[in-house]
Amino acid sequence: MEKVYINSIGSISAQKTFDNNDFLEEITTYEDNIIPVIEPNYKDFIPPAAARRMAKGIKMGVVASKIALEEANLTDIDAIITGTGMGCVRDSEKFVTAILDNNEQFLTPTSFIQSTHNTVAGQIALGIGCKGYNFTYVHSSVSFESALIDALMQLELKEAENILVGGVDESGEHTNAIHKLIQHIKPEKINSNELLNSKTAGAVFGEGANFFVLSNKKQDSSYAQVLGVKTFNTLAISDLLANLEAYLKENNLSATDIDVLISGNNGDIDYDNYYTELTNGPFKNTQQVVYKHLSGEFNTASAFGFWLGAKILKTQQIPSAVAINTIKTKGFEIVLLYNQYRGKNHSFTLLRRC
Amino acid sequence: MSTGVAITGMGIISAIGNNVSENYSSLLEGRTGISHISKIDTVHKGSIMVGEIEFTNAELEAKLGLSADNNYSRTALLGAVAAKEAIADAKITNIKDYRTGLISSTSVGGMDMTEKFYYDYLESEDNRKYIEGHHAGDSTEKIAEQLGIDQSLVTTISTACSSAANAIMFGARLIKTGKLDRVIVGGADCLSKFTINGFKTLMILSDTYNTPFDENRKGLNLGEAAAYLVLESDFLVKKEKKKVLGYVVGYGNANDAYHQTASSENGDGATLAMEKALAVAGLEPKDIDYINAHGTATGNNDLSEGRALIRVFGKEIPEFSSTKAYTGHTLAAAGAIEAVYAILSLQNNIIYPNLNFKTPMKEFSLIPQTTLKEKALNTVLSNSLGFGGNCSTLIFSK
Repeated sequence: MEKVYINSIGSISAQKTFDNNDFLEEITTYEDNIIPVIEPNYKDFIPPAAARRMAKGIKMGVVASKIALEEANLTDIDAIITGTGMGCVRDSEKFVTAILDNNEQFLTPTSFIQSTHNTVAGQIALGIGCKGYNFTYVHSSVSFESALIDALMQLELKEAENILVGGVDESGEHTNAIHKLIQHIKPEKINSNELLNSKTAGAVFGEGANFFVLSNKKQDSSYAQVLGVKTFNTLAISDLLANLEAYLKENNLSATDIDVLISGNNGDIDYDNYYTELTNGPFKNTQQVVYKHLSGEFNTASAFGFWLGAKILKTQQIPSAVAINTIKTKGFEIVLLYNQYRGKNHSFTLLRRC
Repeated sequence: MSTGVAITGMGIISAIGNNVSENYSSLLEGRTGISHISKIDTVHKGSIMVGEIEFTNAELEAKLGLSADNNYSRTALLGAVAAKEAIADAKITNIKDYRTGLISSTSVGGMDMTEKFYYDYLESEDNRKYIEGHHAGDSTEKIAEQLGIDQSLVTTISTACSSAANAIMFGARLIKTGKLDRVIVGGADCLSKFTINGFKTLMILSDTYNTPFDENRKGLNLGEAAAYLVLESDFLVKKEKKKVLGYVVGYGNANDAYHQTASSENGDGATLAMEKALAVAGLEPKDIDYINAHGTATGNNDLSEGRALIRVFGKEIPEFSSTKAYTGHTLAAAGAIEAVYAILSLQNNIIYPNLNFKTPMKEFSLIPQTTLKEKALNTVLSNSLGFGGNCSTLIFSK
């Protein structure tokens, strides 16, 4: 089996991450329960006329993928695999609103077309003329990890050499409004610095696009090796550690081999106890990192965690904004990511320095 | 030819039947499921024609034994019914005996409930249970729960009209690479005002019965459906002495990279998908005995797909037909519906008629099979082509 590397990255998030030379030097703090991305100047990447027609999710995905392709020094790619929980949800909202408000009359197709979940992957393919494999996974908080599993299978078996993998989700007004009503979004506005210690239910919703070129050919720009990914649709909290240990064992690792644990806790008091099983348990004396106070919660937020892991391994630095302890400050070899959303759709991802 | 991945069970619910045997009878009898919209509260009732499933949501809930406080969308209800039939067909008694995953697909997800309660959610608490049921992964989660699949690989694919073919492809690869011993694959999509109006704005809905590959075709009829296959590893099949219904021997996905919704005139993506699938199967075009075409009866699809068939098969195109005139275009479920039909073809050595065909298209001399035909079949090729240029081909064998 071939080894698989993260050869490049492209990130649009609620922090200024679209410049690959930066690594969370400047942190933007929010005092809200919904946070937007810091957008690059799209005109630098997409012709303005085309950009005007594109949904935000498409723009974010197209630009993040361009940044990743450029860094990997590629103009074409063997496959495009994306994950998205909701697709271009603003266009879904627009089309439903138009149907309801106009009693199914005077509708135009643009928002219907853009609401299709695979529209970002399709637009990326269209933009670079990629006729290769093109898949989109849409399964809540394992959307991105499902895309990773697919890409890893192809690269490990040498069915492809370079695959663009990404997670993208945009924030939608109606979706946010109704998720506030059912307390999936915190009722109160909260400072990013306090979010992960809040004692309230719900998350702060965000959005973002994080794209990567994965390859079985290591190159100068490579960030890390991807050792593996595993997802679970359900996991009782009492079964979490046993399953994690079994997964590490499959990779000939144990908890003590992990240099950095990146947790996807989002400050929701009802579900963050999954993470404390790890952070107060076998990883108590491990360097711990968090990120959802910077990115917000969304279905593909874990792709931002993946970005963070790749950056840490390449730069061998952990920005202070994401470190929750200072047990280890150098010599990072292996990173473990753990994520779940509302107790479902769990994932473990292992990265190694390369 | 590659040995492929064994199919040991299947289940289906569509406008032409509530299970596999009812679907097969309708196929043999040439009975279409297309009629005017009757179940959805839309201004297009009585004008637009679709393929509806008879059961109401309440009847489906009763069939599944769900409590009154359930928050199943119609997509989840249809999916659970079809997936349960597949599990029973594969004679699985304890799903936890082997590492079992679920790969489902949908395009509409829980949109049927979202469009119904969109403004109501803001005003009243009554129906807010459906908010969580909107996202595409929700129906898959519910199907997994119905089947008892836990602590496992469960995910959802949404690539428009090729979604279920891609779910079957991904599932087959998970078996081939040894990641799972068994995987339930397929898709579900219910009808909604969202999709009906969406396709209407694209002006590709027929105002009458759809006529695949006909010169005077006027567009597609939408349909609702769900279908699932059980794929099992060779090890499991041998150990449990499972009856094999057929094999997934080839698969290929490619992108047309031509237009956000339309297919290229030359069918580049479909050609690539068929070529890839043949290569994976280790087959030559001449080895294919029957093609279940995507054949939606839109002007664009049938021309593009027809040209792709000519590019791949040359002058020796085997019998081909589209079954969309029976079921309507069932979007993200279509690839699974037609996979079930392909297996039934192989089992019975039967080619289904392409209903409603009268006049050959002027661009080429392709004529679909228009009558029920018996023929010894060893391999069936099935195409699914979708928005975003997404083109997929599956090849099934005995």
